[in-house]
Amino acid sequence: MKPFTYERPADVTEALAMAAAVPGARFLAGGTNLVDLMKLQIEQPTHLVDVSRLPLGQIEETAEGGLRLGATTSNSQVAADAKVRARYPALAQAILSGASGQLRNKATTAGNLLQRTRCAYFYDTTKPCNKRQPGAGCAAIGGIYANTAIFGASQACIATHPSDMAVAMSALDAQVEIAGPGGRARAIALEDLHRLPGETPHIETTLEPGEMITAVVLPPPPPGGQIYRKARERASYAFAIGSVAVAGGKVALGAVAHKPWRARVAEQALAGGAGPAEAMAAELASAQPDGHNDFKLKLMARLGAACLTTTGAGSDQ
Amino acid sequence: MKTSFTLNGQAASLDLDPRTTLLDALRENLGLKGSKKGCDHGQCGACTVLVNGQRINACLSLAVTHEGDEITTIEGLAQGEALHPVQAAFLEQDAFQCGYCTPGQICSTVGMLKEAADGWASLVTEDLTADTVLTDAEIRERMSGNLCRCSAYPQILAAIRSAGGVA
Repeated sequence: MKPFTYERPADVTEALAMAAAVPGARFLAGGTNLVDLMKLQIEQPTHLVDVSRLPLGQIEETAEGGLRLGATTSNSQVAADAKVRARYPALAQAILSGASGQLRNKATTAGNLLQRTRCAYFYDTTKPCNKRQPGAGCAAIGGIYANTAIFGASQACIATHPSDMAVAMSALDAQVEIAGPGGRARAIALEDLHRLPGETPHIETTLEPGEMITAVVLPPPPPGGQIYRKARERASYAFAIGSVAVAGGKVALGAVAHKPWRARVAEQALAGGAGPAEAMAAELASAQPDGHNDFKLKLMARLGAACLTTTGAGSDQ
Repeated sequence: MKTSFTLNGQAASLDLDPRTTLLDALRENLGLKGSKKGCDHGQCGACTVLVNGQRINACLSLAVTHEGDEITTIEGLAQGEALHPVQAAFLEQDAFQCGYCTPGQICSTVGMLKEAADGWASLVTEDLTADTVLTDAEIRERMSGNLCRCSAYPQILAAIRSAGGVA
């Protein structure tokens, strides 16, 4: 690990000021991804602002009938919450399908959203990666690695976003609340938080420098069934090679793009009366597999159709 | 950087480089070698300890972030000569071969049993709103963050079942 300095702020205002005062500063919450990447020297912050004890650890009802999940609520806390389990089962399932019990106890809501890709070539510091070193090239393109994007990839990057939680939040139309320097506050759709790679895959979100996520707000649950299903290479404790979240008529796909992939084409097909298989086929018509990840086409078609059938979001003739 | 926490019921104060993980502080600074460094990347669970009653991977947590926390390691579970019930169950069921993963398995089990007692669901819980019943499938899923390369899993499962699961 490269040397760094460490501070623990008392509130959000102080945290923002501390981060702004030191170039190369990063916020530290659960640390389950950041500390790991610091050991590998993939992340090299000069200063850590420990936000884990900020008063952002509550789950609250909103006036609209939804829930506000504070940025530092742990993944375990959210998955165990009775209101989440009763009203947002797809979110509870998604969180419980990720990582291990130990990791979920430390990992936070905001940290989960901001975790980095698990692309094998991002982790292999002997190979070029445009995320680690912009302009270096992408070893995953043409490399021996299959867990890559089939939607929205670029010539610079074919990595996927690894979160399960974020996929369910995308289908649930979650909003992200953000605080910035100078007392600025804004809220954006979760769908607009993560970017596609384009020519700048090292810029992974639309957060401005110095901004921090303070909460994720879930709107009232949509009418209709919910589900999160995940395919992976072993039965537990592994990242997705494909996942599907359905909430009413909303559909999001995981492990297929640089961000949680909101399946708008499938949603429109469903709204137009298409059945599950037909809706998934419409979405996947624009997928661009690269040879190594061709299996994701059939996997996502079947996984998606099964989820839509289970929730009753569409019905094949 | 000065850091103080409670370790196995005793006050502990350290002056640490902020880079020191909780695992390295326990093993190298405080001399408690029970918690093991397997992968050092949060993938094997050998470093599992309890922080304020919750199980975490000590290898992925910076020690300076634990100011004021109550930390329990494998060395702190027994009451004098009386083993913790989970330790006794591991002995009774011969739930190890080389023993390297065992401190993490036992600390993880203690944390997991509390999670189950608090009604937390797991991925294999069919009804997210129902009470928790620790079936074998539930135990396997909840313990998937602890690897055993000797593959003593049948005995580990038996030990956990006898310590708190259902037969």
